[in-house]
Amino acid sequence: MGIVGIGIVPFRPMTPEYSWKEIMYEAASRAYEDAGVDPRADVGSFITCAEDYWEGFGIFDEFTPDQIGAVLRPACTVTGDGIQGLAQGVLQIQAGLADIVAVEAHSKISDLLTYEGVVRHALDPIWNKPLGGHPYYVAGLEMAAYLRASRVTETDCASVVAKNRRNALTNDRAAYGARIEADDVLASPPISTPLKSLDVAPLADTAVVLVLAADARARKLSSEPVWVRGVGWTSDSPWLETRSWRTAQYAQDAAAIAYRMAKVRNPRQEVDVAEVDDKFSYKEPQHLEAVGLAKKGDTAKAIRRGDFGLGGKLPVNPSGGSLGCGNVIEASGLHRAAEVVLQLRGQAGRNQVDGARVGLAASWRGVPTATGAVAVLGVGR
Amino acid sequence: MRKVACIGAGMTLFRRRLQETPKELCWEASRMALDAAGLTIDDIDAVVFGSAPDAFDGIHMKGENVLDGCGGRRKPYVRVFTGGGTGVFSPIAAYWHVASGMFDCVLVVNEEKMSSCQPHAQSVFGHIWDPILDRPLKPNLVWIFAMEMNRYMTVHKVRYEDVAAVAVKNKRNAVGHPCAQLADPNITVEDVMNSEMMAWPVRRLDISPPSDGASALVIASEDFVKKHKVESPVWFSGVGWNIDTTWWTDRDLYFPEYLANAARMAYKQARIDRPRKQIDFAEPYDPFDYKELHHMEGLLLCGKGEAPTLTREGVTQRDGDLPTCPSGGLLGVGNPIAATMGIKVGELYWQLSGQAGKRQIPREIRTGVTNAWGDLMQFSSVVVMRA
Repeated sequence: MGIVGIGIVPFRPMTPEYSWKEIMYEAASRAYEDAGVDPRADVGSFITCAEDYWEGFGIFDEFTPDQIGAVLRPACTVTGDGIQGLAQGVLQIQAGLADIVAVEAHSKISDLLTYEGVVRHALDPIWNKPLGGHPYYVAGLEMAAYLRASRVTETDCASVVAKNRRNALTNDRAAYGARIEADDVLASPPISTPLKSLDVAPLADTAVVLVLAADARARKLSSEPVWVRGVGWTSDSPWLETRSWRTAQYAQDAAAIAYRMAKVRNPRQEVDVAEVDDKFSYKEPQHLEAVGLAKKGDTAKAIRRGDFGLGGKLPVNPSGGSLGCGNVIEASGLHRAAEVVLQLRGQAGRNQVDGARVGLAASWRGVPTATGAVAVLGVGR
Repeated sequence: MRKVACIGAGMTLFRRRLQETPKELCWEASRMALDAAGLTIDDIDAVVFGSAPDAFDGIHMKGENVLDGCGGRRKPYVRVFTGGGTGVFSPIAAYWHVASGMFDCVLVVNEEKMSSCQPHAQSVFGHIWDPILDRPLKPNLVWIFAMEMNRYMTVHKVRYEDVAAVAVKNKRNAVGHPCAQLADPNITVEDVMNSEMMAWPVRRLDISPPSDGASALVIASEDFVKKHKVESPVWFSGVGWNIDTTWWTDRDLYFPEYLANAARMAYKQARIDRPRKQIDFAEPYDPFDYKELHHMEGLLLCGKGEAPTLTREGVTQRDGDLPTCPSGGLLGVGNPIAATMGIKVGELYWQLSGQAGKRQIPREIRTGVTNAWGDLMQFSSVVVMRA
């Protein structure tokens, strides 16, 4: 199946003039216009990716249909990341339940006054939550474990931040573009050593909608649809105490599923552009290793050579990633898939990767989860 | 499209379960379903989880928290959520996992733990309303369902006794259910009428009880069924789901149009054009007694306003022409929201595979339909299954 429409509301740290309904409406309108579909007649199924506590509702699913055109039509919520939602859309189309599926994810995180408390509320209520502290200590511990296990250093992570925030400067949708150097990151105040404040992606608001269509419909709707070649999603242990801390196991397992479906045997040769989760700086190299786009042991060298920069061997997060665009919680994965679509369509403007034919988007649901999803997208063939 | 079957089901006791965490309830139900199917977790390719508001368990991203209890570690695992409609919706998600051809055998686990919510689960429902227009009125669920019940009774001139008869039937049906919380072999219409008035016309015994519990189903492809020589698979023949506008105040509540849409979607797939003739029994969602009647009409099993007559005439009794809620339903077995999958899709499986024991419908049955209902009186999911 193909992606025939995308809608992204430009990221901003705060969007006081929008309600969550209005921001969803804008993304949906953009996506339907881009796809050339009428949601009231053409879209067979609607999927929203949301979690109650992010939204501040008991049952957020209630508040989704009107603004995306889903009234009196099949619609549901996937309480997960946008790529997990995209994967459910893929399955619905393959199962013959719908011809066209709209997948929505958003962040109205600026409405949430107690972000830290909500994240802490996701820790195990018996074993971990009573320990207190900002829950980003989980990321600090993981960063320390990852740095010890790899040759990647704090400075390498800092250069990831510098790269992504610079990429964001030339992306109209990004909220946190900046010309900063690795030294600025190293000098920023510690959050949970070795994690420093500039290693953390700042929060932002947005809404993103992707329109998926079965093969035949996609060909009719678009002269060059972006094909979903493979999707995978998995979870490692929810227990902090029993999960893999050095390797992003969930990303490795999810990529294995997606590559099998996409018949990708050698990702490092076949993937032209990647958008991988970087809610924390160290997550970019850790995820690149897990999805097979960086070789364990060589990652530090590749970072220092600039392999992952715009114009490098494998441009990673040319959009600016979460570090440059902003952390948009459950919308992060869907946004990155949309950025890959723009790259493959040749519409990425000044951040365009020349000749990109196959792209990968990889997501992670953030602290304290060990859940992620991978989508392999491509044009042509 | 691939044929998809349910090949095993499990369900815990529905009670206040203070001794178990949500994760442990999931584990218990998963284990029962896997044992029933003669499988282990290694046979499972993917896991689907269903649960209603996170606030019941008091855990943000509760799907993540319980995932290893459901056997989801290092497997594709996803949680779907459609409020109270989740009980029949997560099995639909498991269905599309298998029907897509991507997975052969999927475990679907639904769990709810409402007792940890103090002082009462109802306090969570204070947060399901529009923050500007509804919340300042401090509504609760009994309050708005009383409005819906009243509207239904007024439009069709339904007598309260005919609504209460549903509660009596279901609580009596539940007597044969090993997980039941409120089974009562001797209950009468007078008992229901004389129970405490909650919000007119809703009395205490019109309402299903909050509960804790979990249920699980094993869903597999036709190839898997053949390869493992499964003895009595029960096949999915149609699935449907549908949502109406958030603005419940703008709708005429006497008829669930969204459910009729979901039913039409499922019936089209199941090639059913005369539901009343082609469906042998039904498990409509019955958190309140009037909802069974409402849902029978929404499922197009009878005309608008006819369900009370069918109930009065005994058509919906277990030995009637259209047995309805033979499980005992939510009114008799209990209402741990999403976990009611065990008395809806689970009951279809047990009845159609002849494993319902004391609850078995005493004649040959081939086709059953079930639905669940949720969000702000606005969502329904429908599953049609055949032996």
